[in-house]
Amino acid sequence: MPAPEIVAVLTSRFSAASFALGVEVPAASLLAALRALRDVHGYRYYVLGSGAETESSFEVAHAVRNIESNDTLFVKVRVPKDAPEIDSIAFVYAGAEWQEREIWDLFGVSFRAHPDPRRILMPDDYPGHPLRKSFAMDTPWGYRPATPGNPEAGS
Amino acid sequence: MSGGPIEVVERDFGELALNMGPQHPSTHGVLRLVLHLSGETVIKAIPVIGYLHRGVEKLSEHLAYDQLAPVYERDDYLAPTANSNAYVLAVERLGAIDVPRRAKWLRAFVSEWQRVASHLVWLGTLGLDLGGALGGGTTLYMYCFREREKILDFLEELTGTRYHTNFNLIGGARYDLDKTSAAKSDALAASVEAALPELWAMSGSNPIFQERTRNVGVISKDLAQGVGITGPTLRASGIAYDVRKAAPYDAYGELNFDIVTRTAGDAEARFQVRMDELAVSLKLVKQIVAGLPSGPIFTRKPLKNPKATKLPKGEIYAAVESPRGELGFHIVSDGTAKPYRLKINAPSFKNLQIVPHILPGGLVADVVAILGSLDPVLGDVDR
Amino acid sequence: MADEPLPVLGQPAAAPAGTALTDIAEEVVRFPGGGVAVLRSDALFHWAQKSSMWPLTFGLACCAIEMMATFAGRFDLDRFGIFLRPTPRQSDVMIIAGTVTIKMAPRIRTLYDQMAHPKWVISMGSCANSGDHYRNVYSVVPGVDHVIPVDIYVAGCPPTPEALLEGIFALQRKIMEGDRAGA
Repeated sequence: MPAPEIVAVLTSRFSAASFALGVEVPAASLLAALRALRDVHGYRYYVLGSGAETESSFEVAHAVRNIESNDTLFVKVRVPKDAPEIDSIAFVYAGAEWQEREIWDLFGVSFRAHPDPRRILMPDDYPGHPLRKSFAMDTPWGYRPATPGNPEAGS
Repeated sequence: MSGGPIEVVERDFGELALNMGPQHPSTHGVLRLVLHLSGETVIKAIPVIGYLHRGVEKLSEHLAYDQLAPVYERDDYLAPTANSNAYVLAVERLGAIDVPRRAKWLRAFVSEWQRVASHLVWLGTLGLDLGGALGGGTTLYMYCFREREKILDFLEELTGTRYHTNFNLIGGARYDLDKTSAAKSDALAASVEAALPELWAMSGSNPIFQERTRNVGVISKDLAQGVGITGPTLRASGIAYDVRKAAPYDAYGELNFDIVTRTAGDAEARFQVRMDELAVSLKLVKQIVAGLPSGPIFTRKPLKNPKATKLPKGEIYAAVESPRGELGFHIVSDGTAKPYRLKINAPSFKNLQIVPHILPGGLVADVVAILGSLDPVLGDVDR
Repeated sequence: MADEPLPVLGQPAAAPAGTALTDIAEEVVRFPGGGVAVLRSDALFHWAQKSSMWPLTFGLACCAIEMMATFAGRFDLDRFGIFLRPTPRQSDVMIIAGTVTIKMAPRIRTLYDQMAHPKWVISMGSCANSGDHYRNVYSVVPGVDHVIPVDIYVAGCPPTPEALLEGIFALQRKIMEGDRAGA
């Protein structure tokens, strides 16, 4: 459960809204909020970076932790689907580098000023972002055998 | 080529890019490391992953909650029950589903036995990496797998399979422990404990092993926190964080044990942390058998239709301590019988991120020692 | 550590049929100091090939751990002449143990092409046989036989070491018959 005093500080400084696991901040203040969390409040441990897709936007959530007070806080931002771009926090938390690469790879959200913006799990020349809801799970690519229902597939 | 004075020409080779490809006996799975070398010294190391990406997170959006627990056992395939344990924890917390006490203790029981089995595999493959597959390392490998076979036999008696045990159900456990199995578990714990000094003598007190792991791959506290490494790797750098103590789940709130830490942060410290954790886990299984509460292990209605379990809308994050570190599930639910978005916080993915930071400056021989001490499992990295 | 030896459930009680020279030779005459065996040349070569199959270390996923357990001391494969080589140039069997993804498939093809003839392939586990429950996932090849020709399929998730041993004996019988899936 995120500590209420930290949530209160973030709400007042960065006009954040709280939800079950943490806070949601406007996209423009993501870097400043995370820098404040790391330097001022002691949330120096990076837990995870996750993407999600809703009907109208992409969500990027970073979870950070204060080991001394044993508190885990999720910081979420929403980006519009037609311009999915957000600041990269790889220089604030080194662990975010690969998590942001994964979000780019699987969702297509690009990160400004990321040190290494390449795909990480899919092959480099793969077209498409697999975890989007519009991406069918059995999208044929390469080694997909031709079946009676999908005769034009096959390698 | 007459008999005149020999000419000596010195050449500077510059940087050599060497591919430690996805097929390699020492990369613990299909990991590719592109090493930039100057002589024997590593200048840059770029890990390339994704060779085992099976799209489990996308698959989760197409299967019902009740069907999903066995799927995650294939992720971190050395401690499969830890994965499904984290998943059912997250689902139970989101859905406010009760778990009987005996089931919680049994989950901890199987998790601790799999922690012992996983650390034995780690130690055996570390022996193969450092000692050579046809050389002395194979001795350690054979001895570790001998102990592991006893544990897998016990798990086979208890659950039917050797390690993808399919043990966790949403709301309880699937298999129960009777008196003969409990007695067998105690005898097995005593026998594995008796083997530990021999394993230590083959590895930790061997001077060549100490030379190859001391001051190799040192991870400082700040780097550890910024990158977010977890598990024994984190505890070897001096940060005492163990999910079993920080956010107790299953029976761990009621059990009596210590967190193992070291301060050196090098490969030897990580080795020592895992060896001590072996001893702690063996004590834990004895404690669990001694204090196992009675009662049922599954109290929900019998499942006829897997699509019947619907979770309320919301988000949850729940984590367990797998042998590699904090294994967490972040589930976003939209009120239906299938997850809307499921993200796995994989400990090996985070631990592997430290490779570009600590490999440079070391020798090629240290690469293998460092990878072995990090204990990555590529199924966990790529999911 | 004087505990009793592990039980040998499911282990072959005797050497598999066709292991001894007398099983494959037409006539064996022994005299003091040596002997003479008369046999067809392909029987001799196949007997040699099947008695010393050197697999490539190629574990991909969980089946790799069961393969490692099969090579360890309890189910010992060294007594059948099998020991692992890390490079494809020195091996003649490839045991695909684990899921084949689209990123890994070209590398599997390269490794298979780098092996010298004669070569065989054992597909171990459901993921390599057919993709298992990842069959419909965007990044998984549903079965390694879309990439390389396979001789023996071993079923299981993961197959127990006894099952893998059965698969290896089936491959040995296949080699004796002179059958090969590859070119």
